[in-house]
Amino acid sequence: MEKMITKDIEKQVKDLFKGLVNPVRIVLFTQDHAVCETCEPTEQLLGEVVELSDKLSMQISPLDSELAKQYDVTLAPAFVLLDHNGEYHRVKFNGIPAGHEFTSFLTALMEMSGAVEDLPEALLDRLAKIDKPVNIKVFVTLMCPHCPGAVQKAHKLAMLNKNITGEMIEAQTFYELSESYRVSGVPKIVINETHELVGNQPIERFLDLIESI
Amino acid sequence: MSFSLGFSFKKEVALDGIFDFVSIGGGPAGYNAGLYAKRKGLRTLVIAPKKGGQLLNTSSVDNYLGTIELSGEALSERFLEHLEHTDVEVLGDLHVTSITKHDLFELTLEDGRVIKARTILLAMGSHPRQLGVKGEAEFANAGVAYCAICDAPLYKNKNVIIAGGGNSAVEAAIDVAKIAKHVTIVHRSTFRADQILLDKLNQATNVTIHLQTQILEIRGDDRMRNVLVLDKAFNSERSIEADGLFIEIGNLPNSDLVKGLVETNDRGEIVVNGKQATSLEGAFAAGDVTDAPYKQIIIAAAQGATAALAANEYLNTH
Repeated sequence: MEKMITKDIEKQVKDLFKGLVNPVRIVLFTQDHAVCETCEPTEQLLGEVVELSDKLSMQISPLDSELAKQYDVTLAPAFVLLDHNGEYHRVKFNGIPAGHEFTSFLTALMEMSGAVEDLPEALLDRLAKIDKPVNIKVFVTLMCPHCPGAVQKAHKLAMLNKNITGEMIEAQTFYELSESYRVSGVPKIVINETHELVGNQPIERFLDLIESI
Repeated sequence: MSFSLGFSFKKEVALDGIFDFVSIGGGPAGYNAGLYAKRKGLRTLVIAPKKGGQLLNTSSVDNYLGTIELSGEALSERFLEHLEHTDVEVLGDLHVTSITKHDLFELTLEDGRVIKARTILLAMGSHPRQLGVKGEAEFANAGVAYCAICDAPLYKNKNVIIAGGGNSAVEAAIDVAKIAKHVTIVHRSTFRADQILLDKLNQATNVTIHLQTQILEIRGDDRMRNVLVLDKAFNSERSIEADGLFIEIGNLPNSDLVKGLVETNDRGEIVVNGKQATSLEGAFAAGDVTDAPYKQIIIAAAQGATAALAANEYLNTH
């Protein structure tokens, strides 16, 4: 089978992965090819990435498994990242992380491993005060250069506060779901089902909206 | 289905000391200037809030000499590769929030760091112009879109209107027509797009064109449903039903950062001379942020080269 990651990209990713701190485990949820057109390519892409560092590993589970319920995974392909203690920090991807979302994927791996860029103190204080359940959905397309910024922020917020879940949703794969959220431009950020942000916004705007709920 | 993989990472760049030449902007103008300045031996930095600039919003580039049908993103990656090969430092994903000049230029970054430079290049590019009609703000992200390449996949089997008559509008129409059920181009005057693009557009069987037609209002309920247009030839108003409206009516310069610092014209574009010099000594400008009459990738790149050579000449004589 032809590789999705070219030699050139492989070299860049390997360079980046030198900065991985702790091991990270990917748990991928798939369905039969007949109902999930992008499951196979997703499995292949993630597999090729995992090959590039011995700090990375992957496990594959069917969508109708207990494990999927445990991580509240309802779509396929979807995957979550676990830290070196096997702990889930509510970082989820729904859909293949190709195109521009490859950047979001690699960033999430780096951050989950502990290679984290610190946020300013003032933002961390505000973030620490969030004590209600918050779900952040970021709808993207793979051709959208502004989308990874929004995805990375949602994931970062989730990693830093246990009440927050951050998920990327690839709008083309999950077209009907996107329609139901009336996604007509990306990135579209939906917080707790009803509150919306348009475009890639600074972390402050995420927090403003979360605090107002 | 085939998938390409995109890349963009922050690299650590040492910012202490004094730079000879700093480009603010990471589009074709800023990139090419960085390349030329570095080759002259100048301590060079390219600040790229968005690596590639508007190239990233361009699905296909066919008019940059030496590239035959390359995506804007792929061209941007080639540019960046060329810069890396030449060891040009590129600082990605950071905005400059203020510029002052005493003996040296001082550029403050959004994270608070300050960069000192002997000469600077203003190459901040431009952003999409809005129609300025009723309903545009209300239905932004509820049908009204400004990035065809980002949002086209959301309009599978739907009806889409494209506003504009230049190259970007016609390119958007060609791209969206491959996905959407029907595309209607609405433009207030005549086409300004290249004939080669219009020929391509004419091959699409699901495109209707309304020239001399002006959009008056965007209407809908919880999302956009139709636009009210004025048919100028018959001076009559009518409504065109659509699920989405892509606005591709040109761009406005990103010159807010330097208002009051350098001379700008009535469109907000930075005024430059033949050497890309601005009204402020040591500050040059290139690309879409300038008063250049034609906004093209190759022109922006060429202006960047001119600016870097002129900056080098300036440094040698000051």
